[in-house]
Amino acid sequence: MSKAIITRNLTKRFGDFIATNAITFDVEQGEIFGFLGANGAGKTTAMRMLCGLLKPSSGEATVAGFNIFTQTEQVKRRIGYMSQKFSLYEDLTVKENIRFYGGIYGLSHQQIKSKTEELLGKLQLQQEAGQLVSSLPLGWKQKLSFSIAVLHNPSIVFLDEPTGGVDPITRRQFWDLIYEAADRGVTIFVTTHYMDEAEYCNRISIMVDGKIKALDTPAKLKEQYQAASMNDVFLQLARAKPGENNSSS
Amino acid sequence: MQPIVIENVHKRFGDVKALHDISFSVEQGELFGLIGPDGAGKSTLFRILATLLLADQGSAFVNGLHVVKDYKAIRRQVGYMPGRFSLYQDLTIEENLNFFATIFKTSVEENYDLIKDIYEQIAPFKGRPAGKLSGGMKQKLALCCALVHKPAVLFLDEPTTGVDPVSRKEFWEMLQRLRQKGIPILVSTPYMDEAMLCDRVALIQKGEIMQINTPGNIVKSYGKKIWAMRADNMFRLIRDLRAFEGTDSCFAFGEYLHVTLHVPVEKVQAYLTPLQHGNLVIKPAQPGIEDAFMQLMQEQNETV
Repeated sequence: MSKAIITRNLTKRFGDFIATNAITFDVEQGEIFGFLGANGAGKTTAMRMLCGLLKPSSGEATVAGFNIFTQTEQVKRRIGYMSQKFSLYEDLTVKENIRFYGGIYGLSHQQIKSKTEELLGKLQLQQEAGQLVSSLPLGWKQKLSFSIAVLHNPSIVFLDEPTGGVDPITRRQFWDLIYEAADRGVTIFVTTHYMDEAEYCNRISIMVDGKIKALDTPAKLKEQYQAASMNDVFLQLARAKPGENNSSS
Repeated sequence: MQPIVIENVHKRFGDVKALHDISFSVEQGELFGLIGPDGAGKSTLFRILATLLLADQGSAFVNGLHVVKDYKAIRRQVGYMPGRFSLYQDLTIEENLNFFATIFKTSVEENYDLIKDIYEQIAPFKGRPAGKLSGGMKQKLALCCALVHKPAVLFLDEPTTGVDPVSRKEFWEMLQRLRQKGIPILVSTPYMDEAMLCDRVALIQKGEIMQINTPGNIVKSYGKKIWAMRADNMFRLIRDLRAFEGTDSCFAFGEYLHVTLHVPVEKVQAYLTPLQHGNLVIKPAQPGIEDAFMQLMQEQNETV
């Protein structure tokens, strides 16, 4: 089994502030990996480095087999990314968004056509294909956004708090999509503030003040911290200190 | 006198029914939760109560004052923390707080006992611009600014959205202390688990209130038997259960699936056994607010 992500002492400094402090971990291909931490713990910085958007200060890392220091363009082609702040164009229709991103990812005309059919069918959005994205309910936007993030069959998809604010049924339907993608062999790297969602991951890491404080399966972490739920594990590890000294969130 | 009274409020935006026939009251000293996802109508209701938006129909009273006729008086008496962070990003913690105190013709010192607990947590960074604070610290500052004039009623629109579990827990501890001081609080949240921390809640979805009760009674009124199930391959288990005709609903709930059935549980066991799931566990489970919310959502979808 190949590794989707390998990091060794990956570090990012902003001036004298260390946002990500020598993190070391591996993610297997096809794994659902939960990347947890308090606001300001350094998750977003780490994620931006792994996506090839931010140059690390030191350490080593490969994503989909490419070096994130020197091969950022290859990294970007092999990954999908979705954040809570949508990357969909609100003033384009559903179909236009799919075509636009298909073009960006370099898919052929034929591929875009067949992908569009497949995706609209799967999300049951055929009726809404010609509607502006701005008119869709939040839950549908998130599902569409995820589907577009995996349009080009990336080997890894990064999801930054993908389910914030949606209703409990839609949130679970979204996780159905994640499970399904993982079942096809896509690696899922996901951040969330919902601790029940942490349980859906194969393994999770918990970041505190720029460092990875724990990394294991949810079951083993609960055992190790003698906690009834992942929420308890999280509270034990990430309990904010009075001297909270982070500025990012 | 009830500090918040809402009577048959309706609001449309074009074709969108943002609020449909909303009525409820909040009692003196009560911590009342408005629980629902984005787009349920929570913020619209807050804006009507804060006198920033007119309802199409119906009326509402805050501290005995009418939201249209007495809007100026209401604005002086309420503390309102909008969903979007709306403090001045380029002013420091201290400057923001002084600014809001001045606007309300008071001073930070005058009502310091009310904000002391919360302010002390952020005081070490009082010289830092609000825009450079972490999510949890921003929320604490925003709460201080909403409290600085000692409001008669507190409106908090999604104060914990996007905030990590540690900061959420701290924030709710602060709300419990404020309630003990007798301030009625109307708070909205998309996090179902936070409903348990309120005295009463209204479950709201698509502009309609599905149920109003204490969280304990809402859980009690959940009529169905829930089974918790898990196996090594959860995705396969979900698919198998959804393909089974005796399954009523099947949703992931953390470590387990929550499954409701049309048939006795033995039938599911008989169905799953030949499918050879590793480490299959089936056991009874207690419903929570989220189970109740999802059931009510499904009922609402069926009747629409």
